[in-house]
Amino acid sequence: MIRLENVSKNYSNGVEALKNINMEIEEGEFVFIVGDSGSGKSTLIKLLLKELEPTEGSIEVDGIELTKMKRRHVPMYRRKIGCVFQEFRLLKDRNVYENVAFAQRVVATPSKKIRKDVPRILSTVGLAEKYRSLPKQLSGGEQQRVALARALVNKPSIILADEPTGNLDPKNSRDIMKLLTEINERGTTVLVVTHDREMVNLMKKRVIAMRKGVIVSDERNAGYDHEN
Amino acid sequence: MYSLASMATMAACIFMFGIFFCLVQNVNYIVQIAESGVAVTAFFDEGMSEAEILEIGEKIEDRSEVSELVYVSAEEAWEEYKEIYFSENPQLAEGFADDNPLANSAHFEIYVSDVELQDELVTYIESIEGVRKINQSEDIANILSDFNVLIGYASVAIIGLLLAVSIFLISNTITIGINSRREEIGIMKLIGATNAFARTPFLIEGIIIGFVGAVIPLIVLFFGYSKLVAYVTGEFNLLTGVLQFLPVMELFKTLIPIALVLSVGIGFFGSFFTTRKHLRV
Repeated sequence: MIRLENVSKNYSNGVEALKNINMEIEEGEFVFIVGDSGSGKSTLIKLLLKELEPTEGSIEVDGIELTKMKRRHVPMYRRKIGCVFQEFRLLKDRNVYENVAFAQRVVATPSKKIRKDVPRILSTVGLAEKYRSLPKQLSGGEQQRVALARALVNKPSIILADEPTGNLDPKNSRDIMKLLTEINERGTTVLVVTHDREMVNLMKKRVIAMRKGVIVSDERNAGYDHEN
Repeated sequence: MYSLASMATMAACIFMFGIFFCLVQNVNYIVQIAESGVAVTAFFDEGMSEAEILEIGEKIEDRSEVSELVYVSAEEAWEEYKEIYFSENPQLAEGFADDNPLANSAHFEIYVSDVELQDELVTYIESIEGVRKINQSEDIANILSDFNVLIGYASVAIIGLLLAVSIFLISNTITIGINSRREEIGIMKLIGATNAFARTPFLIEGIIIGFVGAVIPLIVLFFGYSKLVAYVTGEFNLLTGVLQFLPVMELFKTLIPIALVLSVGIGFFGSFFTTRKHLRV
């Protein structure tokens, strides 16, 4: 599903964010990528979203070689991926319904389908009752669930979650992880970048640990502390 | 807010453009009328027959610079002279009854299509055998010609300046709009929005700014010009011989499409290039 071969990324200021990374993630896997700040996790996410180009190496996602992809094909590629971010990145002036519907409007989904899909996905994340609320009227956990609904509504084959529990309390963190697990059990590949030691230890999934731009461990059914 | 400011500036630019356009068109119109009165007069060698003179006339008339050619025979010249100088004492002219003192004054009054071509035409006529003398109002021709050139340069300079100012303002407005919506655009692009999807609202905004920025000054100019023409022609009758205004409809049938194309074009292309520069995610 996702394959990185000898991927390096050097920034123009001389920082070597990734050094010769090799990684393979199968379809339907649930993978945590853990590591301290500066370990290269965010750069990895940006490469997978084709926000950045690698300096060396090749990246293949769902059979598509990203380094050879033309710029005009990037939007279609991104539609295969659902993104969730630590800071939620919701549109503050639009309510819950509109935030989720926005993702479908962007990909030109017919209005009739939007009216059917949005309530269904809001129900999945437990926010059916709050569809009229603005983001500022919701708790952090609820906002993250809206972000998750937005990521899921276009039925992506991969979910990339960058610190999805970073701004949440333990209970909300567990709820979000439970939702991600359910999504994964339905066949979606889930890639979670996190610092959340407790959550990683609890989930017992595949854990790829990074430090200073290199992979230091890659274990299945592992915990955060395995690397130490 | 920024859009309103942009619209106002665009309107001001188009208003200035409109005023300048009206001025230039009217000056051109007046110059054209003045040009049509500028003529070259060609006289011929003594003893030439009328048939020979008319033959030369045909040659001259074939030239593209000539808009009109009027033949004045020696008799007509004398009649005209009598009317001007002997109208109060016609008996004095009787003494010349059988002896036309202007017997060799048959001539052509030649009107040029463009005053700038007058020199070229005069050189040609001078080269024709049988032509004795040419009278031309060189000063008027030169003044009108210089004035036309001056207006041409001034038009290009002012229109160019206005265009540059408008493009700069539209570009600034769109940049500010993009910056204030950067978060939204970023989310859009990560979800999989195409460049065209992210761009369309800004292009529409640019077109609306251009359209409204043209329509408002055009309405003001239309009524302003109509009132001015009515006022000047009504209140200053003496000036009507000198000041000839272009009819309102004739002026605006050119000004409206030019202003709209210019303004909407600036709005569209200003947005197009600004979004292309800033929306690469």
